[in-house]
Amino acid sequence: MSLLFALAESDSVPTDSTVAQTANWFLENAWLVPLLPALSFLGILFFGKRMRYKGAELGIGAVAVSLVLAVCAGIAWLGHLDDGGYYAVQSSTQWLQSGGFEFGAGVLVDGLSVMMLLVVTIVSLLVHVYSTDYVGDDKRYTHFFAFLSLFTSAMLFFVLSDNILQMIVGWELVGVCSFVLIGHWWEEKPNSDAALKAFLTNRVGDVGLIIGVVILFFAAGGGETFDTIKINEAIVQGEVGHTALVVASVCLMAAVMSKSGQFILHTWLPDAMAGPTPVSALIHAATMVVAGVFMIARLYPVFFEGMQIGGSSINLMATVGAVTLVFGGLLAFVQDDIKKVLAYSTVSQLGYMVMALGVGAWTAAVFHLFTHAFFKANLFLGSGSVAHAVHSFDMKRDMGGMRKFMPKTYVTFIIGSLALAGLFPLAGFWSKDEILVGTGGWGLFGGSGANGAYTFHLVMGMFGAALTAAYMTRCVYLTFHGEYRGGHAHDSHAHDHAHEGHAGHHGDPHESGPRILVPLYILSGLAIVAGFANFPPGFQLVPDSWTERFGHYVEPAGSSYFPKIAHATPSWSLAVAASLVALLGAAVAVRYYFVKVDRLSKATDESLTGLPDGLSTTNGAAGAGHRVLVNKYYLDHLYEGVIVRFTKGPLARAAYWTNQNVIDRTVDATGETAVKLGRGIYDVVDQAVIDGIVDGSGRVSDATGEELRHINSGKVQNYAAILFAMAAVLAGAFLIIFAL
Amino acid sequence: MLLNQFLLLSAVLFCIGVYGVLARKNGVLVLMSIELILNAVNINLVAFGALTADVGGEVFALFTIAVAAAEVGIGLAIVLLIYRNRRSIDFSEINLMKG
Repeated sequence: MSLLFALAESDSVPTDSTVAQTANWFLENAWLVPLLPALSFLGILFFGKRMRYKGAELGIGAVAVSLVLAVCAGIAWLGHLDDGGYYAVQSSTQWLQSGGFEFGAGVLVDGLSVMMLLVVTIVSLLVHVYSTDYVGDDKRYTHFFAFLSLFTSAMLFFVLSDNILQMIVGWELVGVCSFVLIGHWWEEKPNSDAALKAFLTNRVGDVGLIIGVVILFFAAGGGETFDTIKINEAIVQGEVGHTALVVASVCLMAAVMSKSGQFILHTWLPDAMAGPTPVSALIHAATMVVAGVFMIARLYPVFFEGMQIGGSSINLMATVGAVTLVFGGLLAFVQDDIKKVLAYSTVSQLGYMVMALGVGAWTAAVFHLFTHAFFKANLFLGSGSVAHAVHSFDMKRDMGGMRKFMPKTYVTFIIGSLALAGLFPLAGFWSKDEILVGTGGWGLFGGSGANGAYTFHLVMGMFGAALTAAYMTRCVYLTFHGEYRGGHAHDSHAHDHAHEGHAGHHGDPHESGPRILVPLYILSGLAIVAGFANFPPGFQLVPDSWTERFGHYVEPAGSSYFPKIAHATPSWSLAVAASLVALLGAAVAVRYYFVKVDRLSKATDESLTGLPDGLSTTNGAAGAGHRVLVNKYYLDHLYEGVIVRFTKGPLARAAYWTNQNVIDRTVDATGETAVKLGRGIYDVVDQAVIDGIVDGSGRVSDATGEELRHINSGKVQNYAAILFAMAAVLAGAFLIIFAL
Repeated sequence: MLLNQFLLLSAVLFCIGVYGVLARKNGVLVLMSIELILNAVNINLVAFGALTADVGGEVFALFTIAVAAAEVGIGLAIVLLIYRNRRSIDFSEINLMKG
């Protein structure tokens, strides 16, 4: 196997296009997968209210069939690849024709899109099922399910796009659906604000997307095609100028930063928690935020050449990712809202993915996307399960000790947390380790074969691993350990009608129902096993034929539209070191929360959430750092307070000053001169000559007007008669001029 | 090619439409007459399009139909508002804009 890989890697990229037109039925007809949820959207919208389960059954059914089709397509893809090599399956049709130019629309099925189909449909199906309980008594229940379907469909459409124009359509559809769903409870101002913020922040990046697509169209598509594969092939064959690719990749990077929540445009993502929890799970795990990562993966040649990833030690994409993963992780520490912890955790994990793509570890990034989808959906749905019981997301005020009330949710949440923290042998461990390996900045651990030497990024990645473990420990402690701090706000909410069967437990939170728990079980199961899809090459504990299955089937290495990238060989020492760092991070947090805070809580007989004399209250520097984090690096202040207020305040004042002192004075001076001049002319020219003429013409107009007044009768039909008469006169004139 | 016949039909239709617009008092009938005029034009467009084997004529006719639909929508809304305010849609009584 390793020999085969060595052979494959020594080959250069094929020059003949590796696109097949015919393939297995499921691969050729993959467009059915997005079509079904789209139809279900329309069905629910028009007939949902009249259905027995208010449209939910249609949404679940459509997504379930999509999942079956996606699974079949996945199996077909395995056979397709084993039979004939990495041949993408493309089936397109003409979308519209304008000015002699044809716009195509179609589906591009290869390992990457098949993998995305599976992830999106699995998570979406579980979210659908979960939602039937979670938003069971919502007044816009049907509407919610309709948009859940559309959201799923939009993401599936996006990942199957075979040209970049179609990608924009999918990209925007996803954005619009997230806007609708984040603002699902729009009656409360913060929710509709959050939806607007998500939408507008994404618009900022979309400008980059459109510019980037236009550049690619002209530079790589030759002004003739938007076809993703043709564009990628042109770049791989070196037919495209470097400058164009630099500009295009930077523009597209702006789009990725807004969509995938990269640092400085990530601010919308935590606010998007205003939406219902199932939506958060869908946005953060399978759709929306991974769209940016997917776009990089799909258009990888653009970024690989544009960012000069190979043989380098720093580039924009990798650095944005590295900064995002650490800053996002730090922010997760100061959140009291459990969903916000997870949101910043998503920001941080997306940073990992972007960093991995930035250092050339394509498979690692996509694999992390794959595993992250499961454990992050698991965590979000788990947090929703807790919140469903206590009617709040505030860990410090309303949670604590939840493991006694919700043992099943607790177990799934712990599995998700461990997977996220990257503990062996859960899913996160494998993908995170591969990313760290891929950075190549690890000569000190005895590895080789990466695309460059990104030492800085390796260090950031390690630090991020420690942060992840620590903030998840904090989150688990505050939510599930200690004593229950809630209960005071319960009388007002009483209970959901969905839980009437538990009437005896009023006041105490209790475990969620099966429609919430079963998705949690499935997701936590996937969070355990998903990592086994891609054992690193040379992993001694399993047979060689089990390793790198994911990379083999998903990565288009050996196809004509993928750059030649190097694959790093992993080492045990790096894996051990990364695990130790993560454990160290967890240990510090465990010592703080599970030992110190717990002991103090028992001593004072209160359920504390922190030490009163903690580092941030006693140490000035730590306190300042804490304040910066609480204020989210003042980025919102920057956007709202500085940029907006600068435009409103100083900029507007400066403009006013210029107006008053420069422009006005000029105008005044001109005016004064003009007045003097005018005074002179007035007496001679004006009064005598011009006034005479004006008065004369005025009198004439007056007289004619008086006569013509009668035409202006106010009656519409008189006007029409004049109109037609004039048209007849014109037609007559026309006839005379041209016919005679 | 029976161009002349089409043009004659269209001219007749146009004249009927003009007559309706000028002579009818009922607002709705005036709107209907405007439709006649527009369709007279459409017949011309299609007839000439067919004569020159150019699809442009038909395309323009379709445009006209689309615009006419919008125009009728607005026109009927105006007539409806006039009726609400004056309990009548007799155009000869409406002369608020008299100069």
